Amino acid sequence: MGSLQLKTIRKAFGSHEVLKGIDLDVKDGEFVIFVGPSGCGKSTLLRTIAGLEDATSGSVQIDGVEVGHVAPAKRGIAMVFQSYALYPHLTVKDNMGLGLKQAGVPKAEIEEKVAKAAGMLSLEPYLARRPAELSGGQRQRVAIGRAIVREPKLFLFDEPLSNLDAALRVNTRLEIARLHRSLKATMIYVTHDQVEAMTLADKIVVLNAGRIEQVGSPMELYNRPANLFVAGFIGSPQMNFIDAAKLGDGEAKTIGIRPEHIGLSRESGDWKGKVIHVEHLGADTIIYIESETVGLLTVRLFGEHRYAADDIVHATPVIGSMHRFDADGRVIKSGKTGNGAPVIWPRPGI
Amino acid sequence: MSKTRASLMRMGAVHAALIAYTLVALFPVFLTIVNSFKSRNAIFREPLAIPTPETFSLIGYETVLKQGDFIGYFQNSIIVTVVSIALVLLFGAMAAFALSEYRFRGNTLMGLYLALGIMIPIRLGTVAILQGMVATGLVNTLTALILVYTAQGLPLAVFILSEFMRTVSDDLKNAGRIDGLSEYAIFLRLVLPLIRPAMATVAVFTMIPIWNDLWFPLILAPAEATKTVTLGSQIFIGQFVTNWNAVLSALSLAIFPVLVLYVIFSRQLIRGITAGAVK
Repeated sequence: MGSLQLKTIRKAFGSHEVLKGIDLDVKDGEFVIFVGPSGCGKSTLLRTIAGLEDATSGSVQIDGVEVGHVAPAKRGIAMVFQSYALYPHLTVKDNMGLGLKQAGVPKAEIEEKVAKAAGMLSLEPYLARRPAELSGGQRQRVAIGRAIVREPKLFLFDEPLSNLDAALRVNTRLEIARLHRSLKATMIYVTHDQVEAMTLADKIVVLNAGRIEQVGSPMELYNRPANLFVAGFIGSPQMNFIDAAKLGDGEAKTIGIRPEHIGLSRESGDWKGKVIHVEHLGADTIIYIESETVGLLTVRLFGEHRYAADDIVHATPVIGSMHRFDADGRVIKSGKTGNGAPVIWPRPGI
Repeated sequence: MSKTRASLMRMGAVHAALIAYTLVALFPVFLTIVNSFKSRNAIFREPLAIPTPETFSLIGYETVLKQGDFIGYFQNSIIVTVVSIALVLLFGAMAAFALSEYRFRGNTLMGLYLALGIMIPIRLGTVAILQGMVATGLVNTLTALILVYTAQGLPLAVFILSEFMRTVSDDLKNAGRIDGLSEYAIFLRLVLPLIRPAMATVAVFTMIPIWNDLWFPLILAPAEATKTVTLGSQIFIGQFVTNWNAVLSALSLAIFPVLVLYVIFSRQLIRGITAGAVK
């Protein structure tokens, strides 16, 4: 069990409004990720759900029960922090068991639950150690273990991977995904890393300047971004934005095309341009082109390609892959380019 | 090679400076202890000499132990110092926690107000304090001294401890809140252990002026039953004749309790520092 409803949550620090009316429904068992640039309010929102901050107005309901005035410990939540926040003077075992001990759970039951969580995270050899004797990855696993032990309705993760190095980040990400499948628990996860969001989430909530820009599955956000912000935030390298006037589209203000939806040819194509830089990544080749008609373009080709700086090339967008945005940055649903049409795969022109 | 030699030179210079300072600082202590074991004539004839079989004498210590109730004076000093330190640390830490942890109206002003005492000497208020003590009937009690010393130590304690408490991670405190620790438990079980080195520093800074103070015992508690060691030693310093043997012996004895307390606190201090370094 573990559903969450947020209704017009507002939060202000003095005169500065950080959250400007957030509405959200999270179903039981969902993995929801809040993503957005720093300062967009995603951590504040998570802390409001946890009860560490009081919302200025609005309501938070967990399993249909209003928890606005309930203490964090009584909300049935567990939280994993970016800085691990382990108790430095307690052993791993006591760190994991403290919440239950405070709740008055019998000792034998605590032992059993800690042992089970430690088994899931392969922490058994470290139970008697103190946090200072563990590596960063181990500490974060202890922090996750501390959350599991409490068997919460809601797991809250506040950028849990930000302090880990790249290799460990991928491993821990897999571990969290596995955990979500085996526990079938509701998880809410905050990150500024869109790759984490895309790989883990059932549902992504894109936040910007205290507002929700779009809510949807990773592929919905990728294929049908609702506005310029989401289009630019999701996907790496970033989507190309072209002034619609240059393409003779009077209705739209901006046209967006993902770098992977542009084909390149040396002989012929829609937009002629000069290569200014090439990045060879092995699996992909990223090519930056200065085009006479549409300006700077980023093109992502799969596999290895022998383009070099100063080559003259022709770029052609894949039909049906264009996203059209109006003057306010909102997507235009109808239209001849048919935004949201399934991407043609494999793409022609390669 | 030259780099290591340069650093060796620097190390040498630093050590020479430190050793010189240590000698200067220890010299009066050395002089006090050495002369306390000598006869009166020997003290005046050769103040710097180490006691020899001819000049060795315990007359000072005998006088001290015979005249007046010195054990009682020691007891008074220790009670006043230990209770005052305990109260300063407890109330100082509590005030510091409130100032550093909670956002409330007038937080900054309150912090400034509490720190004001660092700049204003408490002795300026002696007359008012004495009037207050007379009115409450606390004159010639150890309670009077403890209250005054607690007030005297609090401003610095609040100032230092609140700065240290600001460095304790918010996430840790929040993790405690989610685990169901009360605010008191967060204060006592999470924050206090982490700022132990700062507590030791405050304890040392608070302890020494209290132990050495002559002013308030003389004014507030000069009765025989409530004399402190510093005040008790004064009976040997007369207007015309000073019993140097007794004064030096009393001072030598007075060094030891404070030394023991210092060792206890400084061990905490060092433990705190090394715990951070090994991490």
